[in-house]
Amino acid sequence: MTRRKQRGGWQGDKVSVSQSEIKNLQSKIVGRVWKYGDGVNTDVIFPGKYTYSVKEPDEIAAHALEDLDPKFATAARPGDVIVAGRNWGNGSSREQAVTALKYKGIAAVVAKSFARIYFRNGINQGLLLITCPEAVEAARSGDAIEIDLNNNVIRLTGREYPFPPLSPTALGIINAGGLVAHIRKKLGLAGTEVIATGSGD
Amino acid sequence: MGSTFAEKALARAAGLSSVVAGQVVDAKPDVALSHDNTAPIARIFRAIGLEKVAIPDRMCVTLDHAVPPPTPKHAQNHVEVRAFVKEQGIQNFFEVGRGICHQVLSEEALVLPGQLILGADSHTTHYGWLGAFGAGVGRTEMAAIWATGELWLRIPESMKVVVTGRLGRGVTAKDLCLHLIGLLGADGGLYQSIEFHGPAIATLPLHERMVIPNMMAEFGAKNAYLPPDEAVFNYLAERRERRAPLAVSDWQSAVSSQRAVIQEMALYPDHDARYASTHIFNADNIELKIACPHTVDNVRPLREVAGTSIQQAFLGTCTNGRLEDLAAAAEIVQGKRVAAGTRLLVIPASAEVYLDALKAGYVQTLLEAGAVFGTPGCGPCMGVHMGVPGSGEACISTANRNFKGRMGQPDAEIYLASPAVVAASAVKGVIADPREIE
Ligand code: SF4
Repeated sequence: MTRRKQRGGWQGDKVSVSQSEIKNLQSKIVGRVWKYGDGVNTDVIFPGKYTYSVKEPDEIAAHALEDLDPKFATAARPGDVIVAGRNWGNGSSREQAVTALKYKGIAAVVAKSFARIYFRNGINQGLLLITCPEAVEAARSGDAIEIDLNNNVIRLTGREYPFPPLSPTALGIINAGGLVAHIRKKLGLAGTEVIATGSGD
Repeated sequence: MGSTFAEKALARAAGLSSVVAGQVVDAKPDVALSHDNTAPIARIFRAIGLEKVAIPDRMCVTLDHAVPPPTPKHAQNHVEVRAFVKEQGIQNFFEVGRGICHQVLSEEALVLPGQLILGADSHTTHYGWLGAFGAGVGRTEMAAIWATGELWLRIPESMKVVVTGRLGRGVTAKDLCLHLIGLLGADGGLYQSIEFHGPAIATLPLHERMVIPNMMAEFGAKNAYLPPDEAVFNYLAERRERRAPLAVSDWQSAVSSQRAVIQEMALYPDHDARYASTHIFNADNIELKIACPHTVDNVRPLREVAGTSIQQAFLGTCTNGRLEDLAAAAEIVQGKRVAAGTRLLVIPASAEVYLDALKAGYVQTLLEAGAVFGTPGCGPCMGVHMGVPGSGEACISTANRNFKGRMGQPDAEIYLASPAVVAASAVKGVIADPREIE
């Protein structure tokens, strides 16, 4: 692969995400609800036993929620939304618990709360995570759900549930496909070859 | 509606007039901390495609986790860190033996009240003792901070912990933390900013205050906060003046100028701030506590586990390796010997602590009792070297974590306690109450 010439580094402090970029992310997500309860941990989202053996995106996606809901991985469709209770993603810091859903095409997870590391991994790996307890209370599996990112509101069963706005940064990261890609874009390095990452261990 | 400490501190760091819990902001940390992990972070940084970090002046790098290096691989890692630090022109770099990151940055007054410090270390919560917002981040995130000078943060909800009364004889901040974690669980403060208030907190000496936010990492917290007061301002003012003197001839007026600037930066929550929950404890009722294997929330009163046989007692770490901790231990072992079949390992949290303990005679007292001293740093806290327990052994430690295998040997038991309990246990060879030693 030929390396394109890298454009100069720092592009300034203030980088805002334009409305058209938000549109790239899909300003409106329309899907079906997969509803789960409180305290769903990373082991049931992506079992630890596969952490070192399963590496391909399709394979990772095939194990999503395996120990929580065996039919999920085959029946979930791109654009579907997971709606869950408190402390979604507690436990291990393994990033596959995020990427398994992303590779499956899950558009967002709406929860009452997220475990701290899961939340950061989610945004940094480019998965939309929204905290909205009221919408979680109202949602049932199979419901049609609409997430309107321009107005920060979830539409469900004929009602609207507002959620706190995501910062341009969080949206920008998700839109770019993750933190490293986002930073590269922000610094004008997008399109150049990514140098292989050493073991971040 | 008023603001919590977290809302005020992160609004300031994000350059906004106000923020609310749940909101995500781009915050510019005043300090970005990394340690022996600086080399792997540097590799991620290079993968972003940059040559120079954006914020060399805000970076602090310590070598503390494996010092002096136990293997050629560890030594090579340090070589890489030094090369990176030199190449990037990072002034705040602390060599092997200077001490554990959180102790060193405190001693050097590199973090001030109301500031934001992000560290590639989970115990970066530590800086809450001086009224700063400290949070741990991942390695990729630290590389991103180096590249851009900022990081996205979600404003945490806050928990208010009010501690009334006063801790009883021999009861320490460590016991208070274990009490709280035991009661509400290792995820009791998940994602939250934990604010400590009340007379029992305000009357704590500084070395005890330092324990509390450090331990809150084991409570699931994002950060923790103690309201800074005169004692904190004085500590920082003197140290700041020593490190970077103002152009004022007389010491007293220089220190008071420093203090005025520091005090001005302090942030306090509003009286009508909104808390997710409030917990009120009476310090008078808190007993000596032990965290039993293999989780920090497996907490029991000391009296229930007293008599459990131990082979190693470890006094040190960023939680409890300070001068006053060594003093408490020296007082217990004075004129006695470490029990046969038991070893007492002492690792001062910093070179400064070591030297002060030497001058005060604590080092001699501890050595005469049979203690073994290690180089200031993390030592065996996370199982790399310098005193890891063997299979089937039990270690009582002043550290903050007792996960299975934390000290290197999954088949070893780790008990967590205060420095005096650790010293008393070393003398008895079993877990013991320091108040019952002569
Ligand atoms: S002493 Fe232990 S807890 Fe503290 S920084 Fe070192 S390894 Fe981490």
